[in-house]
Amino acid sequence: MGPLAPNELISENTNFLLAFFIGIAFGWVLESSGFSSSRKLAGIFYGYDAVVLKVFFTAAITAMLGLLFMSLFGWVDLSLIYVNPTYLTSAIIGGVVMGAGFIMGGFCPGTSFCGAAIGKIDAMVFIAGLFIGVYGFAFTYGWWEKLYLANYLGEPKVSEKLGMSDGLFGLFMILAAIGMFLVAEWAEKKFPREEY
Amino acid sequence: MSNNTKTSKSRKYLNPYLGGVLLGLVLLAANFVAGRGLGASGAVKSVVATTIRAVDKDAVNTNPFMAEYAESHGGNPMKSWLVFEMLGVLVGGFLSGAVAGRLKLKVEHSPKITSRRRLVFALAGGVLFGFGSQLGRGCTSGSALSGMAVLSMGGFITMMAIFGTAFALAYFFRRNWI
Repeated sequence: MGPLAPNELISENTNFLLAFFIGIAFGWVLESSGFSSSRKLAGIFYGYDAVVLKVFFTAAITAMLGLLFMSLFGWVDLSLIYVNPTYLTSAIIGGVVMGAGFIMGGFCPGTSFCGAAIGKIDAMVFIAGLFIGVYGFAFTYGWWEKLYLANYLGEPKVSEKLGMSDGLFGLFMILAAIGMFLVAEWAEKKFPREEY
Repeated sequence: MSNNTKTSKSRKYLNPYLGGVLLGLVLLAANFVAGRGLGASGAVKSVVATTIRAVDKDAVNTNPFMAEYAESHGGNPMKSWLVFEMLGVLVGGFLSGAVAGRLKLKVEHSPKITSRRRLVFALAGGVLFGFGSQLGRGCTSGSALSGMAVLSMGGFITMMAIFGTAFALAYFFRRNWI
């Protein structure tokens, strides 16, 4: 049955229409969770607001479990679901550059669009920066190509690499998330900040 | 924190765990419908590719970034799943902000810094995030969150690199936030 578009159960245009509706839900959830505020997002790095951690890991676990169960019930063919490829070098260096951008800019790309949608000028400026960064990469691609393609490992699942089943890895991830949530709740009490 | 959210009327945010479950269901829906997760920087990339092509029709042959893009996204770059999804994000974010009474044109910053300083850092952060998202093949949404949901090793590595770096550098930028 699923995924619908790769199984050609819906047309390309229907897929795009659904993308728009999924985007509306995505934007709604991000905004109503407070992801349109850079100071709320940056809170995780100082302990005063751990909303990023809570939402992010709860979401990852929900989707991961959802996919595993849907696969178990035969509702979705996991072999047709896109698994991000792993290019070890660029995954790390790209992530480091993004992390620096995160602590300086206070947004990530998705949340900046959300902030801009409700009138945050800092989010709009961040988006302008995103465009400059992507143009910059496009025009200097030749310099980074080697780095970009280095250490390609295919599309490994982290569970495979650790030699355990997807379900067992999922269980460990839930336990790790609960541990982090407990620390987060403690940190928010220990490092409070005035709301404004 | 919980006391503060109770006292402020128009700014009440969703419980973060409920928000997380809802976001997870949205991500699950994306995978079920399109066979791929959510994303954000990919839409920026589409716009960039479109404008480069509009200015230089030959770019696909001369610019390896464009060649790589064309290979994976044949046809019109704006006819992309992530472009439609991100248009939806703008609408959804706006609607949520409207309902909660949060629509306001402003520069949000710590009282300890000026708007100007906030905007300079926002621009610099955006440039780095834009660049890094291309090198890392996706941002927090497309690589870290969506990658983790499908247990992609690259997704976990990128997630740890993003958050680890931001934590490591937090001390140096603390004046901007606390």
